[in-house]
Amino acid sequence: MSDRRVDVSKRQKLDHSSLERGSQGLVALQTKKLSRVVAGKVLVEDVSVEVRAGEVLAVVGPSGAGKSSFLRLLNRLDEPTGGTVLVNGQDYRAIAPKALRRRVGMVMQRPYLFPGTVAANIAFGPAQRGETLSAAEVALLLEQVRLSGYQDRDVISLSGGEAQRVGLARTIANAPEAFLLDEPTSALDELAARDVEELVSDIVHERGLTCVIVTHDRSQAIRLARRTMVLESGKMVAIGPTKEVMARVSTAE
Amino acid sequence: MSLLPNSLGHETILGIAQAAGAIALCLAVVLLCRWFGVRAGREATISLARGLMQMTLVGVVLALLLHGNVLIGLLILLIMAVAAAVTASSRLPEIPDALLLSFFAIASGAAVVIVAMLAMRALQSDVTILVPVGSMIIANAMNACAQAAERFKSEVAAHVGQIEAGLALGADPAATVAPFVQRAVYASLLPRLDMLKSLGLVWIPGVMAGMMVSGVNPFYAGIYQFVVVAMILASSGVAGLFITLLLRSRAFTPAAQLTLREQISTKRH
Repeated sequence: MSDRRVDVSKRQKLDHSSLERGSQGLVALQTKKLSRVVAGKVLVEDVSVEVRAGEVLAVVGPSGAGKSSFLRLLNRLDEPTGGTVLVNGQDYRAIAPKALRRRVGMVMQRPYLFPGTVAANIAFGPAQRGETLSAAEVALLLEQVRLSGYQDRDVISLSGGEAQRVGLARTIANAPEAFLLDEPTSALDELAARDVEELVSDIVHERGLTCVIVTHDRSQAIRLARRTMVLESGKMVAIGPTKEVMARVSTAE
Repeated sequence: MSLLPNSLGHETILGIAQAAGAIALCLAVVLLCRWFGVRAGREATISLARGLMQMTLVGVVLALLLHGNVLIGLLILLIMAVAAAVTASSRLPEIPDALLLSFFAIASGAAVVIVAMLAMRALQSDVTILVPVGSMIIANAMNACAQAAERFKSEVAAHVGQIEAGLALGADPAATVAPFVQRAVYASLLPRLDMLKSLGLVWIPGVMAGMMVSGVNPFYAGIYQFVVVAMILASSGVAGLFITLLLRSRAFTPAAQLTLREQISTKRH
């Protein structure tokens, strides 16, 4: 702790630049025959896909297709029962889970904010590494998610859209190099959903983040992602440029 | 061996009659509960039968071992701790090695306190004192163990999203469940804390009553009862804390993945 304190001013300077301009390093994700089977039930089966650094990949498919399971495997919240994930060519089992999850940030369907203030939630990730976000850094993050002045608000008082935006700010406070989004707008009303989607688009494009977004909304996939992967019963059944994939899926239906 | 036939006299018949009366009252309550849709008949009948059978056996064993040495007393307590672990672990069917974890927690809680009481000479190594007082401590450690485990499990099941959100942000597993560890241990202590608070005001426990009946100074009997209840609180604290920490370590994989969620849902389905 003490040696970290000595470097606080330097770190804050670095964090400021990373918060303003996006993270320095970009990360490429590659899955190799990624599989997960639980109690005989196949959740993900032999999925091999590459997400290039700075690329946005949408994952679509019917309910129960394994989209969220796939995303959880990328963050290593679940352990693959087969295959693996390469992060910039390195097997992610060789990376400490805490470090991996800082680099590959994840936003869930619901924000699951921790009890307390908005500021405490945003500071949570850095605090896990013994780092303290300054008031200015928290304010900057809140400004980025269009919630200026919300620092001291209790999370209980937030609307669904506001809570999801705090969830986004909490994840980007970790300065991730890749962003995993699990249907971030599905639990919101239309207006809030569009607002959060625009925000996601801004964050991803401004920072040039590598991004995998799970969505059931095909038009959202078209708006956000150049490439789309279709999962069915845990298997990848199509992948390619989003518009082409969507056209093929529509024709097949 | 001559003790057994001596005890099978008037007192034994009186005891059986009193047990029959107690069972009749319990069954009447079970029927009353049934009237309101609470179906506890089967479990209550089994519990009554087991309780009666076990206490009869304990009486016989104690009568036989009345003059046994401290090792026999400790062996009896060890068997009691195993039985307590079996009971407590039956509430944790989804946890691998639940019996071992429960035994470790209960035995640790009871051992710390029994050794301390022996060292303070608050407990004599005589079997007739060591076993009943030790059994009270083990029974409370068992209850604390079951209560803490149940609470921790239900807190984790109710907060899976929050725990995984913390993990996804790079938090240490222990940090993500810290509030639930605290709640579980506190919940297991609460009945014992209430017991200590209400001591002498709401209830005068059996130990004190027994000592007064056998002619011990009521002042010392009161102080000694406090010592016993305080020790029960201590053993419960150790048992509740240990089982929660052991469950916490089993709730995550070495790669910081929450597995307790899957264990619970797999068992339920």
